[in-house]
Amino acid sequence: MKLRTAAAVALAVLLAGCAGGTGGEGASAPPGPEQRELTVFAAASLTEVFSQLEPRFEQAHPGVDVVYNFGASSDLAQQIVNGGPADLFAAANTSTMKTVSDAGLVDGGSTVFATNVLEIVTPPGNPAGIRSFADLARPDLKVVVCAPQVPCGSATEKIEQATGVTLSPVSEEPDVKSTLGKVTTGNADAGLVYATDVRAAGDDVQGIEFPESAQAVNSYPMAVVAEAPNADLARAFEELVTGPDGRAALESAGFGGP
Amino acid sequence: MTRPAIRRSDDHDTGVGLPRLLWVPAALAFALIALPVAGLALRADWPRLPELLLSESALDALRLSLLTAAVSTALCVVLGGPLAVVLARGRVRGLRVLRSAVLLPLVLPPVVGGLALLFLLGRTGLVGRGLDLAFGITVPFTTASVVLAQTFVALPFLVVSLEGALRTAGRRYEAVAATLGAAPWLAFRRVTVPLVLPGLASGAVLAFARCLGEFGATIAFAGSLQGTTRTLPLLVYLERESDVDAAVALSLLLVVVAVAVITIARPRTVEGLR
Repeated sequence: MKLRTAAAVALAVLLAGCAGGTGGEGASAPPGPEQRELTVFAAASLTEVFSQLEPRFEQAHPGVDVVYNFGASSDLAQQIVNGGPADLFAAANTSTMKTVSDAGLVDGGSTVFATNVLEIVTPPGNPAGIRSFADLARPDLKVVVCAPQVPCGSATEKIEQATGVTLSPVSEEPDVKSTLGKVTTGNADAGLVYATDVRAAGDDVQGIEFPESAQAVNSYPMAVVAEAPNADLARAFEELVTGPDGRAALESAGFGGP
Repeated sequence: MTRPAIRRSDDHDTGVGLPRLLWVPAALAFALIALPVAGLALRADWPRLPELLLSESALDALRLSLLTAAVSTALCVVLGGPLAVVLARGRVRGLRVLRSAVLLPLVLPPVVGGLALLFLLGRTGLVGRGLDLAFGITVPFTTASVVLAQTFVALPFLVVSLEGALRTAGRRYEAVAATLGAAPWLAFRRVTVPLVLPGLASGAVLAFARCLGEFGATIAFAGSLQGTTRTLPLLVYLERESDVDAAVALSLLLVVVAVAVITIARPRTVEGLR
């Protein structure tokens, strides 16, 4: 008896280990006579910028409530393809936008509104004295990067190929925040993350820009979703993001221009 | 050799009917466990399965998973076994508190466990800093750190099952052995250990299974590098980003290994001998 239960518990535990949950769903309520909701699906890296823009947009459009669904671009794209109630989709790379447009779910084209490049990140004060991308290949350094399967990792790979510098990382992390975490906790001497992640980490880290990062520029496209109930609001939001207010917010978060 | 008839405690049950009502929630519970696994099998790209499972990264991950889970389980037995004995038989004040502390890894999210290990043994951690300065040893990013993470999360599984077995077994036989002149160590070795061997085995199987599925503590503490720290669950999580078919294939592999461990390693006699 006891063992049966035990076996069941073990199986459940294993399954829990296997399951990579894709949570999150967009909230949506039927728009009232005057109250309307603009639902924006946006890449997690846009959380701060878009949250900053929300009050400005709602002020300019009385009765409109902006509802965000922030998450991994690939998850968001899957949600939209599976009927997620998005008016506007802002992705962290062009390939996830392609998933949505290939499904015929983009109204008009998509616009690139921001770019992001990799930066070297080190603990505060750069104790290892890293000055260039080539320095990261030094054998005495513990370097962490993203795995090639995820966007920050494929960007890393592109730069390695372009420069001919081969890194021997101690770890290839499954996402950019995980890579950053290994540096902020002081366990790695350096890592490669996006410029925006360096800004967001503040004083916990030091960012080092390097010219080769131009070899792998990550574009952020934005598009109104086909048959969006609030397409007009979505377009107005697009204008805000690409306008001077949006530019300023994006720039201070570390994003580059389109 | 004839085996004495074993009187099982649940012999009394024969003849007493099972309330029909219980079948409904029982069936639902089973469905909740079995259906997702069935869904996984249905989603799999079977023709591509051999290719996906025989890739270098998959084989490396499987090898690493089996190796680390085996070492961690051995550690659980060597360290957790005595701990269970102390918890079940010790007569020290504060054992109750100690027991709750031992259960912590069961209730903590594994990622928190990984972070805790990092703050202890990481390069800037309490102990890790000393190790780094004195011996130049850094624990994170090594295969040993995977083993530590797995042992941390799996220990309570072994300790709890073994402690339960020790309590069920009681102390009568040891008392008899003592009256016959056996010293405590001899009585422990010749009486206690054989008595709770089935409990120890089931605890070890559970611990092994838990090690095999470990994800959160490993990624937080050990990182992820092919052949060194990237176990099967970590590879599944990574592949899910780019190749869902590969992730599903690897998940099925984990399920098969787990089922094999539970059914093969479980000593059949255990249930009868209770």
